[in-house]
Amino acid sequence: MAPINDGTARTNDEIQALDRAQQGLADQTARLSQTQKQQIAAAEAKLDTAPTATTSGPDGGLGELPKAPTGISGLDEVTGGGLPRGRPTLVCGPAGCGKTLLATEFLFRGITQFDEPGVFVAFEETADDLVANVASLGFDLAKAERDGKLVIDHVSVSRGEMEATGDWDLDGLFLRLGAAIDAVGAKRVVIDTIETLFGAFSNTAILRSELQRLFGWLKEREITAVITGERGDGTLTRYGIEEYVSDCVIVLDHRVNEQTSTRRLRILKYRGSLHGTNEYPFLIGDSGVSVLPISTLGLRHSVSKERVSTGVARLDSMLGKGGFYKGSTVLVSGTPGTGKSTLAAQFCDAACRRGERAMYFAFEESESEVIRNMSSVGVDLRQWVDAGLLQFHCFPSMGLEAHLFTVQKLVRQFKPAVVVKDPISSLLRAGTGADVAAMLTRQVGFLKSNGVTSLFTSLNSHTEPGRQDQQLASLVDTWIHVQSMVGNGEHNRTLYVLKSRGMAHSNQIREFLLTNEGIELADFYVGSEGVLTGSARQAQEAQEQSDGRVRLDDLEQRRVSLERQRESVEAQTAALWREFQDEADIVGVLLSRGSGGVEGRAGRRAAQGLLRRADSDTRDHKGYPADIRLP
Amino acid sequence: MSAYETSEIGISRGCQNWHLCLYVAGKSAKYLDAQANLTRLCEEHVHGRYQIEVIDLVEHPALARSEDILATPALIRRLPEPVRKFIGDLSNPERMLVELRLRSSQ
Repeated sequence: MAPINDGTARTNDEIQALDRAQQGLADQTARLSQTQKQQIAAAEAKLDTAPTATTSGPDGGLGELPKAPTGISGLDEVTGGGLPRGRPTLVCGPAGCGKTLLATEFLFRGITQFDEPGVFVAFEETADDLVANVASLGFDLAKAERDGKLVIDHVSVSRGEMEATGDWDLDGLFLRLGAAIDAVGAKRVVIDTIETLFGAFSNTAILRSELQRLFGWLKEREITAVITGERGDGTLTRYGIEEYVSDCVIVLDHRVNEQTSTRRLRILKYRGSLHGTNEYPFLIGDSGVSVLPISTLGLRHSVSKERVSTGVARLDSMLGKGGFYKGSTVLVSGTPGTGKSTLAAQFCDAACRRGERAMYFAFEESESEVIRNMSSVGVDLRQWVDAGLLQFHCFPSMGLEAHLFTVQKLVRQFKPAVVVKDPISSLLRAGTGADVAAMLTRQVGFLKSNGVTSLFTSLNSHTEPGRQDQQLASLVDTWIHVQSMVGNGEHNRTLYVLKSRGMAHSNQIREFLLTNEGIELADFYVGSEGVLTGSARQAQEAQEQSDGRVRLDDLEQRRVSLERQRESVEAQTAALWREFQDEADIVGVLLSRGSGGVEGRAGRRAAQGLLRRADSDTRDHKGYPADIRLP
Repeated sequence: MSAYETSEIGISRGCQNWHLCLYVAGKSAKYLDAQANLTRLCEEHVHGRYQIEVIDLVEHPALARSEDILATPALIRRLPEPVRKFIGDLSNPERMLVELRLRSSQ
């Protein structure tokens, strides 16, 4: 039994050990499978993320979409290189927002800049109208047509002559378009405006399917197409074309704000590409559309270390050495009547004095007013106007885009070294603060890239720099604030440099004086009585001067009295000296009489004593009295 | 095929004639239907006084532009004046009779 028992015990032990081993193995496999699963999952995740990473990669990997540059200034920057090549793009917006022009420019620049012939399918305008409309922008469509680079196909559609019975399709359009594309080898097609078709055909179900087929067909032929669409009520396009054109959708808009219209552009959608998502203001200038992407404002312009005098010597020295940097932007802000315009005028005057050209944009005064007003402070601007060095442009209220555009055009024509805008705060009437700041950003970029030193004045209602100025703060390089201080029954102007990039400018506040010879800057008096300006400062200066004189007089007096004292001391010394001399002489004489006299006298006294039998106590051993000493 | 496939069934007794141009694109059933529908209508209502031209735009794509054809099949009634344009496979004879003024003339 015992061995059996032993045996069973052993087997039991063995079974337990086996169980444990099995358990261990199971655990191991479980762990293994778990790690394997994790690895597989990780690999799967990698596979999932890998393609998206390449398509959305900004550095342009495998998935980078080929793009057709539009050549429209700013639009290529916003879209990251242009419209999707070989695909249709929808440009939609309300009437008059510039859809047709954008499309035309895309086509025209494609022909002239990128050698990509095009076809314009016009449902709205006739070919002649179209050519005439864009001729003023310098787009010579007629020439492109003659050169065999462009086909303008006007498709007239009107419901009256399009009575539909039964089934139909748009094969006619396809054939027409196909023929036109083949005729010039077109790479770009514009269809303007697709919505017109919906007005012509009552059966929109067929039309929709036909349009879908059209876009598919264009894609198949690798045509970069721009389709324009009218904006609907609450939808992007009136008939929902955006459903069919899904690659790229550009929304145009024009908004009236404070009675001024500003056009805006937004890339609503751009499949497979990064794009700017903001709303960008855009202009229709005399060379077509220009989108103003503020984020892509070229900060590439070269900078100058050259200084431009402000026209006020003291201000030049306040700004370190010599004034503003050439090509920098200066903001002069201040309350009304603080001399901002005068500062601006003197700046122009200094430029003209150097023989440079200056341009003065006045928004609140006429040319003759400015000239008259400035002559009262000794700044003669008339001479420079006559010499052709100074140009005045006085705008009434004008839209921001128009303003921006006009300024650019004038600056390009006149090529001034210095530009003054007085005051930019009046532009706020033409748009909101943000719009104005955006426009100015653009303008500053333009001026800087042309090396123009610009000075803007800005009117504040408060003594502190205003809110609209804060928006400009980062834009400007130098910011001078002029304000008035009221006290002691008068108002005085003060000036300080709030900021000035890249120069060791003064932190002092100066009093700003308008004299008959222009601007002068005076030191501020800061003393125990606080900051003093104007007559108080003059009084203080006079006080100081008179105090000084009194002190001087006092000193002189004390000096004189000291001199006298010295003289008297000298006199006294001389008198004493003489006395002493006399005494010394007498002593000398006495001494010269010799000691014999003394001996004689003493002998005589002793003899007298002996004779008188004087008391013996008083005699010493020699028999002489104690008070007598012999030399 | 010639440029204009003409099916001329004789000219009338001096009163009104119909000159109809049918523009098609290819030979699909839709176009053949349209052609058949038109011929039938004319045969029934203006027998002997009509002329039908069938123009295939696939072969003459330039005509699509010059005739300003957008949708096909398209029917242009050149006579009687004024020139009118219709689209579709002409599968609604009642309406076509009115539109083409085929009935009123009888």
